[in-house]
Amino acid sequence: MTDFKSAKDLLELCGAGQCLISDVMKQRECELGETAMDKVCRRMERALDIMKQSAFTPLKSPIKSMGGLIGGEAAKLERRCRDGMDIGGDVLSRGITYAMAVLEVNASMGLIVAAPTAGSAGVVPGLLLSLQQKYNYPDERVRDVLFNAGAIGYLAMRNATVAGAVGGCQAEAGVAAAMAASAAVELMEGTPQQSLYAASTVLMNMLGLVCDPVRGLVEYPCQNRNAAGVANALIAAEIALSGIRQLISFDEMLDTMYLVGKKIPYELRETALGGCAATPSGCGACGLS
Amino acid sequence: MAFISVFDVIGPNMIGPSSSHTAGACAIAYLAQKMKSGTLVKAVFTLYGSFARTYRGHGTDRALLGGIMGFSTDDVRIRDSFSIARERGIEFCFHVDEKETDVHPNTVDIRMTGENGETMTVRGESLGGGKVRIVRINQVQVDFTGEYNALIIIQQDKPGVAAHITRCLGDKKINIAFMRIFRESRGQKAYTIVETDDLLCADIQDELLENPGIMDVMIVQKEENRGEADDGF
Repeated sequence: MTDFKSAKDLLELCGAGQCLISDVMKQRECELGETAMDKVCRRMERALDIMKQSAFTPLKSPIKSMGGLIGGEAAKLERRCRDGMDIGGDVLSRGITYAMAVLEVNASMGLIVAAPTAGSAGVVPGLLLSLQQKYNYPDERVRDVLFNAGAIGYLAMRNATVAGAVGGCQAEAGVAAAMAASAAVELMEGTPQQSLYAASTVLMNMLGLVCDPVRGLVEYPCQNRNAAGVANALIAAEIALSGIRQLISFDEMLDTMYLVGKKIPYELRETALGGCAATPSGCGACGLS
Repeated sequence: MAFISVFDVIGPNMIGPSSSHTAGACAIAYLAQKMKSGTLVKAVFTLYGSFARTYRGHGTDRALLGGIMGFSTDDVRIRDSFSIARERGIEFCFHVDEKETDVHPNTVDIRMTGENGETMTVRGESLGGGKVRIVRINQVQVDFTGEYNALIIIQQDKPGVAAHITRCLGDKKINIAFMRIFRESRGQKAYTIVETDDLLCADIQDELLENPGIMDVMIVQKEENRGEADDGF
């Protein structure tokens, strides 16, 4: 039975058959889910379709959020990219545009794919779709590396948490960025070990990030943090692809992320009682000041 | 518990903004309407805890109403569920109960009224990540997640009914993963919840109803089988 409980197990499975992380995750899904490979792949294609729609639609049709705190950001960013004014370079500027677009769709009751959560749904499609455009990868390649992202997220769900209420934003946007970084490394033909180094780097760089949504809504600063997740994922993937090794493994970083998360005060774990939510402007937006 | 699938991570496909407050709310209401036979004419939702405090900004109300009309968590009609419910002539209202604190933070009671005036109240909890649990039917404590294909059977609490249920399933080679009986009190109405590994075909309903002790049978297919079962039978 193809299964793994840690990144260490996962690497061993990859090493044994010279498989990619995505191969192992696909095989695991077929075996444990008692489902045929083509069905599993089709289901992931559907997820990719939804990701694309949610990343691209707001560029042309800005949407106001339910809570009224966000809307129209993606179109503004898109305009800068189109005019060649962006200062981040293609991959980053497009990546943050798509990530913010997905959050815009999410906050206006549109259709998204949680990855791993709704509040962090922009990071994985943001980076992967941007890389796809830049390097002209076919959809099947992007679909495949979504299984790689799924492997990282599964380990986080199994061995730590992906809930902001439990572990802060580091567990949501942080894990989403770790998933994106690992998948990006595989997309760019890095090794499984490099994928895990990238995932580890992201958790390190986002360690301790609190969850403090204004008015308790999945809008602000969530949308900005999805963009930050793309940047962090890109940084980590670049570092890993250059051959730099990491001292601390992904398993250890997951453990420490979880421990740090549990130490984050209650006010800073999705309760809207601290952080950005408790600033005068944040409170002003909720009519509590 | 079922294993953590890649689609629990890259998924669920859902209408935003919140897996617990939107997708979870929709899933609870979806399960609730599946547990009741007949046409729905009225739904009254009572929200507790965080649901009560933040339901508008999360679209919890629209999601609940969408779910009660049978929309799944990825149905884009959820956003317009208020107007769709009005078109369908379904009466609805939302109450908040902020006094009751002895409940899971994301809890809702759904009181459904059918065309003949019959009512059923279902309590559900949204556990995070779109996962949900039904914890009460009318006044009876139950435990049901919708993660498996399930039969909800309303029956008389008397000998032989459970044996009839297991025989019907055995004849059809349907494997039982979990089976529990919950009752109001001895000899009164009882609820059997059977969760199965295999797909449930519609004709199992008629066979189960052959036993006079069984009053009603509802089938709830697990999410990824819903389309399949509808096409297949």
